[in-house]
Amino acid sequence: MKETNLAVLTGSHDLTGSQACAEGGLSAGCRFLGYYPIFPSFDIVERFAERFSDVKGVLIQMEDEISALAAVLGASWTGKKAMTVTSGPGFAQMAEHIGLGVMLETPCVIVDVQRDGTSEGSPSAPGGGDIMMARWGSHGDYEVIALSPNSPQEMFDMTVKAFSLSEKYRTPVILITDTYVSNLNEAVHIPDAKDIQIHTRKYYKGKREDYLPFQYDAKDLVPPMVDVGKGYRFHVTGLTHDERGYPVMDEKCQEWNVHRLVQKIRIFAEDIVDFEEEQTDDADVIVVSYGAVSRDVIHAVHQVREEGIRAGSLRIKTIWPFPEKKITQLAKKATHLIVPENNFGQICLEVERCARGRAETHYLYHASSRIGQSDDIVKLIKKVMKK
Amino acid sequence: MEAIITQQEAKRHPMDNLLRMDRMPHIWCPGCGIGNAVSAFADALDKLEYNLDKLCVVSGIGCTGRVAGYIKVDSFHTTHGRAIPFATGIKLGNPDIKVVVISGDGDLVSIGGNHFVHAARRNIDLTVICVNNFIYAMTGGQVAPTTPTPAYTTTSPFGNFENPSNVPQLAEAAGAVYVARWTALHMRRLTYSIVDALKKPGFSVVEVISPCAMYYSRINKLGDGLDMMKFYYDHSIIKHGEPTDHLEIDYQKEIIVGKFVDRERPTYSESMGKWFED
Amino acid sequence: MRVRERIKPFGSEKPQPVKGELIIIEDRCKGCGFCVEYCPNDVLIVSDKFNSKGYHPPEVVHEENCRYCGFCQLVCPDFAIFSIEEKAVESKSNTA
Repeated sequence: MKETNLAVLTGSHDLTGSQACAEGGLSAGCRFLGYYPIFPSFDIVERFAERFSDVKGVLIQMEDEISALAAVLGASWTGKKAMTVTSGPGFAQMAEHIGLGVMLETPCVIVDVQRDGTSEGSPSAPGGGDIMMARWGSHGDYEVIALSPNSPQEMFDMTVKAFSLSEKYRTPVILITDTYVSNLNEAVHIPDAKDIQIHTRKYYKGKREDYLPFQYDAKDLVPPMVDVGKGYRFHVTGLTHDERGYPVMDEKCQEWNVHRLVQKIRIFAEDIVDFEEEQTDDADVIVVSYGAVSRDVIHAVHQVREEGIRAGSLRIKTIWPFPEKKITQLAKKATHLIVPENNFGQICLEVERCARGRAETHYLYHASSRIGQSDDIVKLIKKVMKK
Repeated sequence: MEAIITQQEAKRHPMDNLLRMDRMPHIWCPGCGIGNAVSAFADALDKLEYNLDKLCVVSGIGCTGRVAGYIKVDSFHTTHGRAIPFATGIKLGNPDIKVVVISGDGDLVSIGGNHFVHAARRNIDLTVICVNNFIYAMTGGQVAPTTPTPAYTTTSPFGNFENPSNVPQLAEAAGAVYVARWTALHMRRLTYSIVDALKKPGFSVVEVISPCAMYYSRINKLGDGLDMMKFYYDHSIIKHGEPTDHLEIDYQKEIIVGKFVDRERPTYSESMGKWFED
Repeated sequence: MRVRERIKPFGSEKPQPVKGELIIIEDRCKGCGFCVEYCPNDVLIVSDKFNSKGYHPPEVVHEENCRYCGFCQLVCPDFAIFSIEEKAVESKSNTA
């Protein structure tokens, strides 16, 4: 009980996005952070480093990002909630273990503080190009859950939510943020420990001899988990496996295995997706945005509303799974969808796909240097509506 | 013969509770030495009378990477080269668990070389059993970091000109507290070395020189598994405490085996505990 | 045990050698021949028959020579052979 109180700093604080993220992790029960230093994710680790001895957590700087996520996966199997933080180039290295995490159905949280790429790019500039990498980074077929906060408060809330989702669906969850949000300093309200809703992984409760690591419930397609060292003597492998966890190299098993991994997220996608709408009911033009850029969109929408243009905003909070139904629904009502992005067109393709030609989709390059200014969004809304 | 068959139904293999007999026969080729290493490991566990519920085996990829699937303890078959960091996570997540990494030379020294070095440097309480067969066997006999000069492999058809790694020297230099090397036929000595390594707190490494009867042997015309096993055994010289820089393995020359390093260093957990106590 | 306390051999029963019984799980055998080659008492030979995978499993020819050393079990990479002690032996000092 005491430990929980130390972990959850209830009250209002003035925190940066990074600090809020670390606090969110601690509040959610994260007790293991494996990382490799990379700019600009390091502030999260610094906060965790100040606090981890209070909660008897483990903090380890591994030799690279590959091993950082590997250690996190290992720690997760001991029953600890575990996370890692990184930035673009490190996230690229972690791709292999995102696949392993998905295959071994290991709950963990990966925080990606995006920086401008490609390759080393511009480390200090807030980037936005890791959106598709988060979705497709590892090889093979899989589904991920990725959240995109736009304020320090959301950094806190979404880190907690990321742990909840990862434990519930037994999958790695990615928190995609950027330098802008992680450096932003705002008031963050941390609720009482008892008010923080954390889903804990489903543990196996049957007989030891009968335990099969990948025997899932038909209800949620998620197999119950056990911790290492509890006498279940299980085997799990990154190879295509059957319900015993043994490798089986045939097509039938591949389908049984991977199809379920995909379906366990796809079927419940509507439960997972989260978004925020503003004035979309009567809108002719809807700006679809996420992350730091969405902060500018709100200003732009307010500004053009004053000028009589019926604009609305849809802010996507869970990038993956993508809110397909919502976009399709909005495309029926609105005539134009504008997607400002701090990259050269990633989510706009998804929006275009989901709009199915019912509304015209416009992409806008909202460069990292423009974050904090909404004039280009206003200009495009006006241009689109004049047609 | 019939009498034997009836007895065999009545009597169980002594390693039945240590190995996943439902998965036998295993995937390794006839004449391969990995089975011997597993046998020695199982025998060591038997000798130690260790609580198997508190033991965990982690493997990487490759022929030896499949070991985890055959040992009846909590076991993980992870990605290529990342067995050690995965094991580090388990060890730090729950320090009560004894974690053993069993993997091949390519997995531990090549792709996982950095992890090997840093786990040894941190002196994380792991036991690493490195089965060295001088080649990448599962992928089809490519040149490995341990392939001696001038052995032929499928990717060095004119002979290997690269300098091979010396696993014990690497381990010692990086900070391992226990380093031993045996061939796959030194079963008793290997077993006792594994027992010692498991008992030793800290990063311990046991290298097992194993024949690869399918790739290394065929391309170099070294006969079958038995011939190679015999050769390695006959050409091994036991020299305990030999300086590890003398341990390079030349092609078809003598192999120095024995226990080379046995020293005390504080483990990662000890150092961390002490640091935060002060 | 101190030297003086050792049981004197005179008058006591002659110690019997330990005897073992070999059990071969033929279908697991891959015919590597390690057990046949390294059995210290040459108990085994490679048989002429085939197992279900087409390998020649070992065959026990001199079971009376088996001393339950267990080396065949250790050296078998396929976990296909093991020995059990045939009967309890009274004198344990002679197990070597």
